Amino acid sequence: MAKYLLLKHYCGAPAAVNDVPMDQWAPEEVSAHIQYMNDFASRLEETGEFVDSRALAPGGTFVRYDGEGRPPVTDGPFAETKDVIAGWMIIDVDSYDRALELAAELSAAPGAGGKPIHEWLELRPLLDESSGTTE
Amino acid sequence: MDEALLRTLTPKVLGILCRRGADFAAAEDAVQDALVEALRVWPSAPPRDPRAWLVTAAWRKFLDATRAETSRRRREDLADAEPEPGPASTVDDTLRLYFLCAHPSLTPSSAVALTLRAVGGLTTRQIAQAYLVPEATMAQRISRAKRTVSGARFDQPGDVATVLRVLYLVFNEGYSGEVDLSAEAIRLTRQLAAVIDHPEVAGLLALMLLHHARRVARTAPDGSLVPLAEQDRGRWDTRLIGEGIGILQAALARDRLGEFQAQAAIAALHADAPTAEETDWPQIVEWYDELTGLTGSPVVRLNRAVAVGEAEGAAAGLVALAELDPSLPRHTAVAAYLHERNGDLAKAAELYAEAARQAPNLPERDHLVKQAARLNSR
Repeated sequence: MAKYLLLKHYCGAPAAVNDVPMDQWAPEEVSAHIQYMNDFASRLEETGEFVDSRALAPGGTFVRYDGEGRPPVTDGPFAETKDVIAGWMIIDVDSYDRALELAAELSAAPGAGGKPIHEWLELRPLLDESSGTTE
Repeated sequence: MDEALLRTLTPKVLGILCRRGADFAAAEDAVQDALVEALRVWPSAPPRDPRAWLVTAAWRKFLDATRAETSRRRREDLADAEPEPGPASTVDDTLRLYFLCAHPSLTPSSAVALTLRAVGGLTTRQIAQAYLVPEATMAQRISRAKRTVSGARFDQPGDVATVLRVLYLVFNEGYSGEVDLSAEAIRLTRQLAAVIDHPEVAGLLALMLLHHARRVARTAPDGSLVPLAEQDRGRWDTRLIGEGIGILQAALARDRLGEFQAQAAIAALHADAPTAEETDWPQIVEWYDELTGLTGSPVVRLNRAVAVGEAEGAAAGLVALAELDPSLPRHTAVAAYLHERNGDLAKAAELYAEAARQAPNLPERDHLVKQAARLNSR
């Protein structure tokens, strides 16, 4: 009974084994990939392990406060070395091992040539708001 | 509309249906339907005997559902099995329900959810909210759990230890939604203690009461953790402490020690000390020795190292700590504390910062970061 965040990276993570950009896949390969993701999420809902999941648009911007009365500073749309996150899913599972198992399953999503992408997923425990009851 | 009464009656009604031969999953659905009807009907037409009303309504719902699904013959068999009205042995039924909901074939999270719903009478929405998951997820978790135990024989004697573990899991969840799960766990454990005479049930109840009595003092108004030694003992609930100690003493007198009694004994020694300085650390170390013998748990040995550090000095605590696996949860935090007490402040600051990075929840992380900052800003 612990929640974990699964982060899918576009870049910033180590390269996947089957590392072909999505825009170079066949359309049916893209469909198969999306189907896999959706099936994965509904299966987790059935097992009672699903919490939330969202895809993110790739174009992120870093923003910073620049002093009273001044507009926020941004790094512009074309920063080169940014870590880009494609989406996330939060799961609620009984053990760390189960979280690893599910992350591995998600990493096996089909990519180019219908073969698993073997992409690296980041698995992060969520910090609880509550401290439990024991001292 | 007395919602607390409904929740108390839920396991009794469910138990009666199951004893009459209803399959658990179907009985649970029928009881939920009856509860919904009670909420609708009772405000304008309160029943004279709420329990009898619920049993009748739930049994009718169950028969309706069965009628829709199975043959006429099956239905008549069940109707024949209905006993004559009269006093029923609800005590045993409730107990069986606890065992069923904590069935070993369930994962801990499923057992917790099923116990809260079937024994506790909470709605799926309340349980989902308490565990911060979507209602659909919790609904699936519960229906899977029901399917899993549907095959289990209702008359099979269960394992008290499993039930106690589930209740302790519920207790430790604290509260995040509209339902205070610690209070709910205490209610369910009280109810269990009323139907089963077992020193470990008493031990767990005592442990919960002793922890609960000190809960408000554990956090500052801003939500930050207050360590035991700095807590305002005037805010501890002395009535609950008294009750917990009374229950514990009666259990210990029976000389069948178990881990919950030993843990409660440690909690009682903390609760009984008028000031932190007057804590009876040597006796706490003795209880940790008992607990180590009972559980062999490395976490217990970690806590024991802290107690040794208080009873015999930080250096002795560090010696006890050195025997333990550094990858244990909170090992780093304990090491930081003992090093600070031992006068090695630079090492302590470093360890506090590392412990903060490993902390499992926000209040603990914030607390440890502040400890590191306190030492670094000397």
